[in-house]
Amino acid sequence: MALKIVKGSIDRMFDKNLQDLVRGIRNHKEDEAKYISTCIDEIKQELKQDNIAVKANAVCKLTYLQMLGYDVSWAAFNIVEVMSSSKFTYKRIGYLAASQCFHEGTDVIMLTTNQIRKDLSSPNQYDTGVALTGLSCFVTPDLARDLANDIMTLMSHTKPYIRKKAVLIMYKVFLKYPESLRPAFPRLKEKLEDPDPGVQSAAVNVICELARRNPKNYLSLAPLFFKLMTSSTNNWVLIKIIKLFGALTPLEPRLGKKLIEPLTNLIHSTSAMSLLYECVNTVIAVLISLSSGMPNHSASIQLCVQKLRILIEDSDQNLKYLGLLAMSKILKTHPKSVQSHKDLILQCLDDKDESIRLRALDLLYGMVSKKNLMEIVKKLMLHVDKAEGTTYRDELLTKIIDICSQNNYQYITNFEWYISILVELTRLEGTRHGHLIASQMLDVAIRVKAIRGFAVAQMAMLLDNAHLLTGNTQRNGICEVLYAAAWICGEFSEHLEDPMHTLEAMLRPKVATLPGHIQAVYVQNAAKLFATVLRKQEGAPDSQAAQETSQLLIDRLPLFVQSANLEVQERASCILQLVKYIQKLQQKDVEVAEEVSALFAGELNPVAPKAQKKVPVPEGLDLDAWINDPPSESESEDEKPKAVFAKEEPKHTRPRHPEVDEKELARRREARKQEQANNPFYIKSSPSSQKVYQDAPGVEHIPVVQIDLSVPLKVPGMPMSDQYVKLEEERRQKERAEKKKKEKKKKREKRGRGKKGDSGPESEEDITPAHQVDIVTEEMPENALPSDDDDKDPNDPHKALDIDLDKPLMDSEKLPVRTHRPEVLKSPAEDGDGEPAQAEPKKRSSKEKKEKKKDKDKDRKKSKEEKKKKKHKRDAEPEEPVEEQMEEPVQSEASAEVAAPPTSTPTEEVEPTPPETTSTPETTSAAAPESEPEEPKDTEPEETKSSKHKKKKQKKEKEDKEKKKKKRHHHHHHHSDGAGDESVQNGTVEEEEPLPPMSNYCLLAENSYIKMVCDIQGNLQDGSQVVVSVIFENKSDCFLKSMEFNVLDSLNSKLQRPEGAGPHDGLTVPFQLPPGVSNEARFVFSVQSIVMPQKLKGTLTFIVKSEDSSTHEKLDFKLHFTCTSYLITTPCYSDAYAKLLESGDLKASSLKLEGVNMPFHHLLARICFHHHFSVVERIDSCASMYSRSIQGHHVCLLVKTSGETVSIDAKCDEPSLLGNVLEEIKQTFSRC
Amino acid sequence: MIKAILIFNNHGKPRLSKFYEHYSEDTEQQIIRETFHLVSKRDENVCNFLEGGLLIGGSDNKLIYRHYATLYFVFCVDSSESELGILDLIQVFVETLDKCFENVCELDLIFHVDKVHNILAEMVMGGMVLETNMNEIITQIDAQNKMEKSEAGIAGAPARAVSAVKNMNLPEMPRNINIGDISIKVPNLPSFK
Repeated sequence: MALKIVKGSIDRMFDKNLQDLVRGIRNHKEDEAKYISTCIDEIKQELKQDNIAVKANAVCKLTYLQMLGYDVSWAAFNIVEVMSSSKFTYKRIGYLAASQCFHEGTDVIMLTTNQIRKDLSSPNQYDTGVALTGLSCFVTPDLARDLANDIMTLMSHTKPYIRKKAVLIMYKVFLKYPESLRPAFPRLKEKLEDPDPGVQSAAVNVICELARRNPKNYLSLAPLFFKLMTSSTNNWVLIKIIKLFGALTPLEPRLGKKLIEPLTNLIHSTSAMSLLYECVNTVIAVLISLSSGMPNHSASIQLCVQKLRILIEDSDQNLKYLGLLAMSKILKTHPKSVQSHKDLILQCLDDKDESIRLRALDLLYGMVSKKNLMEIVKKLMLHVDKAEGTTYRDELLTKIIDICSQNNYQYITNFEWYISILVELTRLEGTRHGHLIASQMLDVAIRVKAIRGFAVAQMAMLLDNAHLLTGNTQRNGICEVLYAAAWICGEFSEHLEDPMHTLEAMLRPKVATLPGHIQAVYVQNAAKLFATVLRKQEGAPDSQAAQETSQLLIDRLPLFVQSANLEVQERASCILQLVKYIQKLQQKDVEVAEEVSALFAGELNPVAPKAQKKVPVPEGLDLDAWINDPPSESESEDEKPKAVFAKEEPKHTRPRHPEVDEKELARRREARKQEQANNPFYIKSSPSSQKVYQDAPGVEHIPVVQIDLSVPLKVPGMPMSDQYVKLEEERRQKERAEKKKKEKKKKREKRGRGKKGDSGPESEEDITPAHQVDIVTEEMPENALPSDDDDKDPNDPHKALDIDLDKPLMDSEKLPVRTHRPEVLKSPAEDGDGEPAQAEPKKRSSKEKKEKKKDKDKDRKKSKEEKKKKKHKRDAEPEEPVEEQMEEPVQSEASAEVAAPPTSTPTEEVEPTPPETTSTPETTSAAAPESEPEEPKDTEPEETKSSKHKKKKQKKEKEDKEKKKKKRHHHHHHHSDGAGDESVQNGTVEEEEPLPPMSNYCLLAENSYIKMVCDIQGNLQDGSQVVVSVIFENKSDCFLKSMEFNVLDSLNSKLQRPEGAGPHDGLTVPFQLPPGVSNEARFVFSVQSIVMPQKLKGTLTFIVKSEDSSTHEKLDFKLHFTCTSYLITTPCYSDAYAKLLESGDLKASSLKLEGVNMPFHHLLARICFHHHFSVVERIDSCASMYSRSIQGHHVCLLVKTSGETVSIDAKCDEPSLLGNVLEEIKQTFSRC
Repeated sequence: MIKAILIFNNHGKPRLSKFYEHYSEDTEQQIIRETFHLVSKRDENVCNFLEGGLLIGGSDNKLIYRHYATLYFVFCVDSSESELGILDLIQVFVETLDKCFENVCELDLIFHVDKVHNILAEMVMGGMVLETNMNEIITQIDAQNKMEKSEAGIAGAPARAVSAVKNMNLPEMPRNINIGDISIKVPNLPSFK
């Protein structure tokens, strides 16, 4: 064995380690991919080896390759193997790899549950730590559910290092398994006051994350946090708490009032910028939540703004950035206090740092007013020119549009200016936002009626100069504005000065190079223009002109008719035919203008984007109900061919509409009109809407100033928005003068005027718009629902955590706890019926054969007895009805097992020989410390799990099977590095049919106070050791303490006692048992020969302490080491297996089982589970299995089944071991 | 929450990537690439925050980074983290690396990415800050290293010897690939505490 290890490590020296891999990759710059693929091949080879060190090395390399983007999920199983190594070095490598590449879809994750559980309860804090860290990255709902209780226990671990990790990971557990939140919350809350600052910080961290998503559930914690805030000196904790308060205050304004003072103190006192910044942020949040403008808080606002100004003026770009960020929050509620710092923010627009410029832009958005809009936009336009060819320029562009269009163009006093700005923006080359500009143009032209004349003139100019826009760069987005230009010119063509010229411009051949949807608009609007032109020309004396216009269209349109774009083609050919027809009429001197323009009569009003959604469903209309009953499957096949011929079929559906007579219809129409008239939200058709607007109080007093349009319009080429700034100045001055005159007269009316521009400064009221701004609001359907609750993401994982935490905890909510399957109880008397031991084991086989038959009969008898007993027991113990019922299949199954050991080898009990054993055990038993962390695991009532299981049993049965399997490995992994989950790997045991639950724990002894069940496992690391895990369960109402476990050593087997202890001293069980609690302890035995089973006699002494007395009790037991318990599940590849069999060193033996009535995969699973075998290969009803003893004996089985007969051919290098194992297998199945 | 921690060099080569949410390998590489493009084109003296929210889900997210010598340390965080706090955390991280590797340079990170992961695991767990006290972090790292050494014991000795021999050639490497001044200079920033 030792030689093997040394050999392994020598092999390993020549393997490529991570450093070699990295070096290799760096030396193969040219053919990196090729090199890595050879490395991956090497890694695959290494992973096939048995040596865990080699595997760990391979996994370590895979982790590196994963970072480079290589998929390593194929090695998931090997990662699990490395994770389960007992060495911390390898375990850490395994967990790191898992945390990097495992996720919810990784199927081997479910194999890790027990390994992780074991690591969590490891005596080594770093094993636990590494498991927690790994788990935090790949926890799944299943893992969370299964491990929640273990992690919760760790939250009270003695070591702060574990505590803080356990606390932190709870957040991940909550996310995956929301049911755990309520049971775990009290403890989490407790951790807020943990003596260790790290743990405290972790708890604050978790609660802050939780509260951020569902703040209202955490309001009750506010006093606790408040205390922490005033007492803590840890800045991390303070920042988190202060951030949390920021989230809580909107829900509870009273909290905000309380917070202001300590926060301002902190702002004044702290030197840490990060803390200062968060304080300011939270103060802002508080102020927002309080009703704004309260006089006593203006000081706080001033303080915040001042501090922020200091941040913004700082040379540190980070502070500058954050200052601006916080400033924008204040802006929302207290714009005036920010506006006074406009200079500073405009300065930031010149900053070299783009993030800061963007922040400043955001701020500007909120700082504009009627007064300064033009000025700010002018400054932004300058930046636009400077920022050529960057994404920042695009950002500027959208910001300009945002700023101007916010709140329904609230701050725009002069729309001519705005249109000019938009037209100027079209000159930007390469912008992506042509579409945005276009929609603004359309919006303004449609909604501001007074501006249409000006807009149309500008658009005509754009169309005329279209070549400038499309330019050389076909693909740039700016040509989108032509879409708007064409539509506006067509729709509002009556405002055009020279429609003929525009029409001509729209039909230029170059238009055909524009994108299809723009061409389509061109064609359509050319038709509208044509109608206008006709009208003008028909009125004129020269009728020839009209015909010429028609001719122009007939000449130009065919170009579009040939367009590849369907829309263009269709419209063009339609219109071409129309024009041809018109031309014919014209030639007959028929006046057609009226009729042509009738084609395009009517006005469009904007419709709100949500209008459709807001239409209320009329009463009695069920949208989900079928209008026609859906045809049944069979019918539809018959009807299909019919439908082809019977076209009048639809008529049948008509009668379904209620027939309404004319009168009724008229009445309804009247009623609706009435309703609309009374509905203030309903926009009536344009003439009346204008009237409504003008009827509004005060509006008629806005003087309509006629601007001399001739100035801007006569400027050749593109308009310049700058002129408007000047003009506006003049206009305002003029107005002011005028107003002074009228002041006296107006004074009264002014007072009565409603506040329109409410958020602007007072003086804004004086600025009157240059136009009568008739901003047509968007249309909404009648009876639109005012609610606006439509934007919530239903997929938010945090929704599930919206749980009321103040309700008292219910029993049903307790976390699922892992319980050991209760074993069937066997009275000590029965247990002790073993025959006297045989001194010479050599005689065993012959004697056994004789007794075989006898045994069988006895077994059957016994099982019957047992069943009866169980019944009795159930009657006698009504406390656990749920458990009993639910576990019934388990019990009957387990009973077989429990009964098996004593009968299987009744003769070989080794006579204890205490007097001769004088040699003291050398090593200290590892059992005592090991079992300690397991203690709290089983303290929770068991009902929770079973009831849960019951519900989900069906669903989870497969999972259970997996878990069971893991459970088995759980014990192996502790001792063996290489013991993987071969049976799953080879995929043979997995089958559709669920396996019954199984357990290896069997009853050791029991009396009225205590019950002991045990499981015996070999230790691969040390070929002479066996670990016995004993679960002690306190059945009484009393407290059990001072338990001492003692065994009479035999020559062959000795209990390992701590150094210095005598050979007959008992081992103290490292825990006490309160009533009803069970706990597990491990004891290590050293054995010399493993070829035959043996029994050891032992005693457990303990003190029973009840309220009034305490008595000393003892319980005798017999510890049964079967040969199976010396076997260790070891994976074996089929090629290695074949070699092994070929070698010829193995002795053969065989066994036939009759009357086995179970599915083959159950059979295999049983052998795997109870006898520690792994499936190497399985073909139909034949399987090869392998196991290895702790001393390195190979045991190979070939299991075949036909009908109810199972034959097992076995080979092993130690025949007596094989014989015993086969005998034990036989015992297992003789019960089924 | 911290969504991801990335370390890459001036050429965008990843030196460490830790994602606290699952992405496919391809997506991860793409995120690293895009982050590198965003970060690398920024001047030295601009702010360390970037609103690159599109990379890793949602506009709630920010990139917070620092640039040391040849390496970028990038943290992608959501709004529950304090920006300045994370900057300090990066500083603590780098200082810890400096202590653990004794004058850390890019080569240390290249060849010992596993150790860097282990150090990071003591600071950030599952996307949440675990420990910010450098001394505490180093204590835990040292204790774990000691354990590792004791486990290796005699069996590990030959392997260590071989790796020492292998590493003798290491100093030549930087010259071959011309890394230049690789030592990460850890500037003394005004401490957070």
